[in-house]
Parts: sequence; C-alpha cells; structure tokens
Amino acid sequence: MAIAVNEHADYDPSSPQVMNAFYRRLFPYRPFFLWLNQDHVPAKLYTHREFAFTLQGDVYIRYNSFHTADEFKREVLRLNPSRFEIGPQYSARPRDRKTLPAGALQPQRRELVFDIDMTDYDEIRTCCTDKKICKRCWGFIAAAVKVLDHGLRETFGFKHLLWVYSGRRGIHCWISDPAALDLTDDQRKGLVTFMEVIKGGKEQAKKVNVRGSKDEGSLHPVLKESLELLKPEFVDVCLRDQDCFRSEQGWETLLALLPTDRDVVGPLRADWKNSDKSSMAKWEQVMKLVGEMRTSNSPLFRKYERALEDIILQYSYPRIDAEVSKHRNHLLKAPFCVHPGTGRICVPVNPSLVDEFDPALVPTVGELLNELDRIPPDSGEARKADDYEHTSLKPYVDMFEKHVAAILRDSRGAKRAAKEESMDF
Amino acid sequence: MFKPSTRHNLPALTADVKINKRQSTSASSSSSSSSSRWPYRLNFYDQPPVLDITLEEFEVFAIARLRVLTHIEALSHRSLPFPQFSSAVGTYLKQHLPLSSNTARNVNVLEERRKDEIGHWVLRLAFCRSPDLRARFLRSELALFRQRFETDDAAERAAFLKSLQFDWQLVDAGEKARLETELKTCLWTSGTSKDEAFRAESWFKVPWHTVPDLVGQRRVYINGGMAYVPQSLQISLVLQAFGSRLERALELTAKNLPRLDEDERLGPVLDHLATSFLSGLGAAEYQSESDGNGTTVTADMVDDVARKHFPPCMRNLYDRLKRDHHLKHFARLQLGLFLKGIGLPLDEAVVFWRRMYGATMSDDKFNKEYKYNIRHGYGQEGKRMNYAPKSCQAILTINQPGTQDSHGCPFRHFSPDNLVIFLLSTYPQLDRSSPEMRDILDSVKTSHYHVACTRVFEVTHGLKKGQGLGPDGETVTHPNKFVDRSREMERDRMEAIKAKEGGGDEDVKMD
Repeated sequence: MAIAVNEHADYDPSSPQVMNAFYRRLFPYRPFFLWLNQDHVPAKLYTHREFAFTLQGDVYIRYNSFHTADEFKREVLRLNPSRFEIGPQYSARPRDRKTLPAGALQPQRRELVFDIDMTDYDEIRTCCTDKKICKRCWGFIAAAVKVLDHGLRETFGFKHLLWVYSGRRGIHCWISDPAALDLTDDQRKGLVTFMEVIKGGKEQAKKVNVRGSKDEGSLHPVLKESLELLKPEFVDVCLRDQDCFRSEQGWETLLALLPTDRDVVGPLRADWKNSDKSSMAKWEQVMKLVGEMRTSNSPLFRKYERALEDIILQYSYPRIDAEVSKHRNHLLKAPFCVHPGTGRICVPVNPSLVDEFDPALVPTVGELLNELDRIPPDSGEARKADDYEHTSLKPYVDMFEKHVAAILRDSRGAKRAAKEESMDF
Repeated sequence: MFKPSTRHNLPALTADVKINKRQSTSASSSSSSSSSRWPYRLNFYDQPPVLDITLEEFEVFAIARLRVLTHIEALSHRSLPFPQFSSAVGTYLKQHLPLSSNTARNVNVLEERRKDEIGHWVLRLAFCRSPDLRARFLRSELALFRQRFETDDAAERAAFLKSLQFDWQLVDAGEKARLETELKTCLWTSGTSKDEAFRAESWFKVPWHTVPDLVGQRRVYINGGMAYVPQSLQISLVLQAFGSRLERALELTAKNLPRLDEDERLGPVLDHLATSFLSGLGAAEYQSESDGNGTTVTADMVDDVARKHFPPCMRNLYDRLKRDHHLKHFARLQLGLFLKGIGLPLDEAVVFWRRMYGATMSDDKFNKEYKYNIRHGYGQEGKRMNYAPKSCQAILTINQPGTQDSHGCPFRHFSPDNLVIFLLSTYPQLDRSSPEMRDILDSVKTSHYHVACTRVFEVTHGLKKGQGLGPDGETVTHPNKFVDRSREMERDRMEAIKAKEGGGDEDVKMD
C-alpha cells in the first residue's frame, strides 16, 4: 500500500486544530480503556489511575483521573494536549489528592515498563547523533527488543508484552500481566538490576561488569543465552553496518576493552594506526589472535574469550533507562500519542517483525488526516466503520486490539477462578 | 495462611495491661517448663503475646529494643560488609538485648525471650503509624533478625525453620540433573570444587519475585518466572517471609490503631518511642554552617571557591558545566544542593545557573524549565522541602550515573585511566608517578573511595598522610565538609598572616 507522503504538507502536528481532529476522529479510545482497565466495567485500575497531560506551550497537568472512558475522551478533547502520560493505579483517586491526608496517595499497581532511548547509544552509533534516527540506528533497537522480549517471556514468564514506538528515537515496553502489575518497587528493582548489564558513566570505558568482583566468573545462564542471540546482531549491526571500529576513536575503545597484554594490544595498535581496515577485518584479526592463544596459553585465552564476550554485550545488549522501570510512580507516554516533534504516532511494534520496522514509515498525524480527507463523503460504508479503519493506522489498532483481547481473556479466567474460590469460603 | 491477629492483641496489651488470667504463667515462674511459649531463640512474632506485664516493663522493654534498632540503623548507614556489621550488632546486642540459645547456661533464657517478644510488639504499636516509620522499623527488624539467624546454632535453626512449615517446592533429582549446567554456573563456591558442591546442594523453586535481592545479584537461575534458590541461600527466603509477614501485620495494626480503646497511660509512651526513633538519625545529615557565621557566597565568588576548595566530584561537575554550558538532571541536583550548602543564596543561585548556561539557552526556556528546579531545591516550590546537600554515601550509592551522565563520585564512577587524567589536570600538586598518586589509586582499587578523596585533600592542602579533615584524622564523608574544612584552613592561614603583619607593625612603632 503506497501512500504519497509528500503530497500534502498542510497539516502541522504542532497546530491545535490538527491535534483536535486526531483526538476526535482517530485515537482508539475503546481498546485504550480496555488495555488499562483489563475489564469492561471501570475498575480501580482505571478510576484510580493517574494521567498527566502536556498542553500546548508546555503546561504540564498531573494527577488527573477519570471515572469512565467517555469522561477521559471529553477531557482530552477539551484540553487538546500535545501528548499525555500514564502513571500507576493509586490507593485513592489521584484527582482527589488535595482532600486526602498527606501520604495517603500511594502508588499501588502499575504495568512493568521499559524505556530504551537512542541517546544511550550515542557513543557507539556512527550514523546519527542526538535527536536523529534512521533505519540503520534502528538495528540497535531491534537487537534490544529481541533480547528483552525473549528474556521477559522465557526467563520471567510474562505473556502480555506491548512494544510501542516512542515517536522519535526509542521504544517502550508495557507488560500487563497481573503478576507484573503487582510488583513492588523492590521487586522491579531486582528484575531491572538483573536485566541491566551496561552500567557506568561517560568516564567508564568498560561498562559490562557481570562476572563478579574479580571479573573471572562465567556468565549467568540467562546472559549467556542473550549473548548467543546477540552474536549475529553484533556482526550485522556493529561490525558490518555501523562499522564501529573503523575510526581511530572507535578502535581505541576496542583496544581499551581488551585485557592489557603487550604482545596483543601493541602490535594491533601499530597495525591499525596506518591502515583503514573495516571493523569486520579488525574483529577477525582479534579473533584470530585470540584463537591462537587457545593452544599456546590457555589461561590467557580464557581471559580474552571473556573480554570478547563482554565487548559483544557492551555493543549490542539493550541499554535500558533503569529508573523508568524501577518505580511504580514513573510516568510514561501513552501509546497512540502523537510525538510533538515528528508528528509520528506512537504505534505498537510487533517484536517478531522488529527488524522490518522502519521508523520513517510510521504514519504521521498529517498523513492520516489526509487519508481521511480522501474518503468519499457519501459512501455508506464509511459511515458505519470507525474513521481509523480507512487510514494506515488500521493495522496498528488491529494489533493493539488483539493484544487487549488476550489480556481480557486471561483476566476473565482469573476472575472466574477467584469467584469459585470465594464460593468455597 | 498467616493472619496477623492484631485485633486480639491490641486490647490485650492496652486495655488494662493485664487481661488474660488464664495464662497466668508469667515468665518468671515458667522458667522450669522450657518448651512452653518460646521453644526457639528465633521468633517470627506471629502470635501476639497474651500475658501480664507491668507498665514499667512495657516501657523498659520497648526502649531496650529501640536502642538496638537505632544502633542498627546507624550502622547500616555506614555500609559495612555484613560480617563486620554482624559482629558490631552482636556486641551491642549482648549488652542491651541478649538472647541466648537453648544450650546456654546460667541465663534465664525464657526471661530474655519474653523481653525480646514484648519489646517487639510494643514497638509495632509505636511504629505502625506512618509508611515512613513502618519502612524503617521493618528494615531494622529485618537486619536484627538476619543477624540472629546467621549466628544461631545450626540445629536449633533447622528445628525453628521446620516449625514454620514453609511450602517451598523442592527441585527433584530429575530436574536437577536436567539443569545441571545452568545451576552450576549460578553456584558461587569458594574452595570446594563446583561438581562437589553441586552434588551436595539442593534447590528450592519459588516465584522469582519472592527473592528480588537474589535476582538483582544474579545469584539464582531463573526460568519461566521461577527462581532456583540453593539451600545455602535459604536465608533470603526466610528473610523475605519474615519481612512480608511483618509488613502486612504492620499495615493491619495501623488500620486498627484508631479503633483502639486507648488507655491514657500508654499513648504518651508510644508517641515518645516513635519520636525518639526519628530524632536518633539526624546526625548523618549535613547542617550548613553558613547561616551561623555569615559566610555567604555570591555567584561571582563560585569560580574562585571552586578552584581553591571544591572536592573532586564537584570540581568535575563545575568544570563540565563551565565547558559544556549544560549538565544533566542528577548532576544539576548534586551540584545545586552542594552550592546551597556552601552558602549560595537562592537569588545568587539563579544568577549563577543562568550565567553558566549562557547563550546555549533562551531566557524563556531557562525561566520555564530550570528556574523551577532551582527554586525547588531551595524549598520554594512543590512540597517545599528543604533538601539537604547530598552526602558521599548518597552520591556513591543513590542514582548511579547512566551512560551519558557525569555526576557521581570520580573515584567510584570513573575508570582508573580517566581518573588519573582528571586528577592530573585538576590538581597540579599531583604527579603521575608520585607515591601519593599510588596511594589514591590503591584506595580506589579496594573501594575505599572516602580514603582516596581524603588523600587528595591532604595532598592539596599540604597535610601529612593520615591528618585528614579534622583533628582526629577524619575522612571525607560529605562534599560540604571538604569545602568547609578547606575554607576554614584558608581563614586560619589568613589570620596567621595578618597577625604576623600586625606584629611587624608594632615592632616598627617600637623602634
């Protein structure tokens, strides 16, 4: 389905009229409500939930909460925010907070969320910097999604993961399993610390330290599994595409990450200084050197083998923003918002097709409104269906609805089980 | 399932302090029948005590335990390694709240256990009131329980665990064999070979979220949401069970407390206990001296003070800010509160930050996005909290820097090479191959960041090794103490010079 992108430039995402049209005609309120509420009747998961709106002109309103999905829609249309964020279910209605005694408003349940942002990759990506993103940088994100998705499902046993493109240069993950909703901050912290491998500030060269204090242990089985997943990604993304070790700064970082052994690092530096070898060639050279150690000096070989594994992790393991995941009260931008800078919709991403995802092809609010304009005004069919069904937003809403249906199926099952149990009582 | 029966307990303890006549076996008389209420030294405090106590005991027992908990809290702020922590707590316990095992002789074991239990239950009443108090009580009680658990007689401990009847699922031999490689890699052994340890060990399978600490340290294998906990790490499971039961019970007590038919003799005692716990901790926070002797710093003076007196962490942030005209959030927070601590008033702080951001930011953006945060730090916005400058401990342990962040402690968060470069370029007194530099790097290697920082202070202030900040060789524990001491030394020096000059003048006159 080819959509002419440059045909109309007249819809500006920063204009209030455009946003209003989007909220009026396109935002999928129904599945959005069900996704948060996990039930058809408004429950505490919805009524005690915090919504925060960012209005035009950067006015920020926190602690909104709504009784019903309709009330939410009315308020969105009235305020016409440039974006909005979702917080936790609190112990009381957040909107009542001024009437509550101090400390009575405590976060209780919340989806487990993850946030990966391209800025954390600035030191290792070579194609873009800062706010820019291209299909090539997406390789890092795709690798991250695959590893996290696998780990969260297989290791931690979660089922309902929703990956959402953040609209510019990152991706979010929302986990809606009841077990995830119930996690306390300590438990979230435990999980995140387990998953977080890349640590250390700007001035820390080696950012992967996961082998105990002497740096000699073997990798945790789960990390080992991630490493196997990442090996091909490392070759494709870091060596072939990004060519991370071509520049002097790039290969100096690589040398700094190798154990200091005069016979290895010195000659490599001398060799690379005067040549313009590709990252692939350099990596193969290092691999060959290390391979030769296997027979000649096996303790040293193991040391280098560990270092190489750590390098692969440092260049391709997901760099998550840990603080976002650790605390229940952290706000995160809602799916299907419009990114105020790019105009792109924060659409769900299918983790098994994440390689094919291209951020540049995500519909913008302007394109969607253009598509709406093109619906013949008198076609009876158009009347019946929701507006989004005639736009390229449809596949994304369908994906979202499928996800929501799975959550509802499980929560209904759980409720039935609880009912039976209470009958026993 | 455990049900905290606080409701039965509250009236029992309060209505008349001696309610139950059925169980008139008061502790002193029951010393002969050893297996009655307290068969074990350890206690999960599941059942509230139903017995007679005097008002005096009510208070004395509680204060004894409170003293222990406050001490534990103070110790835990020093972030000692557990063995050291445990022995420090142990000696203190022996003095204030001894608890002996069944085999102990010449001690009234039951009297000790009675005291221990009553103290615990009284403090529950005192500390259930606010979430903050509850959390702190829980933390200290957990540390206390852990200390006792680890020092307990092995046989008695096993018997105690058996009495609790946990329903942990044991991993059967087939599964153990199937997961051999995974379980083996997660086994941290010292000395004995892994194969041997593997054969001897047995595993429990529990939902991962019941052992978040072990998960965070990657000490356990996890698959399908289940964590495989080796028997040797059982303590985590026990602590988790102790903690979650106590937490739930405290919340329940809090809910029921208002319904308590209060006896006026107990309320004041409980209030007093709660407040003394709160005040016992103020010492770790930094109190600015600037309002005392009026040494305010203006925006213009910051640069000079920075060059002469700033500790390395702040020097790093300040230099970065000067160079990049930008700092990320936690870095701003760290530097901003520190500047407040050295006596930079709010209006000067606004001037300072505005100037530092320079042309990189419009006035509009500054006023909208940054001024609020500055005012917030000074307690002028939001919940109007007067935030204290961050201590070394906070800088070292809270909000670890992410990949693009520059805050934190250089000794801890820089890699050694970059630390050397930073120190050499910042402090001309240091030399790459000097013994001082070696001292500093050695301290860093052994994670004694305070010691490394103190050494920098000594070198840059012409002090001998070991002199430290204060008269008794104090180490750096707070960036603001570093500055205060540095400025104090400068003042002393100035005064000494002045005195000398003054003396000289007089000499001239005499002539």
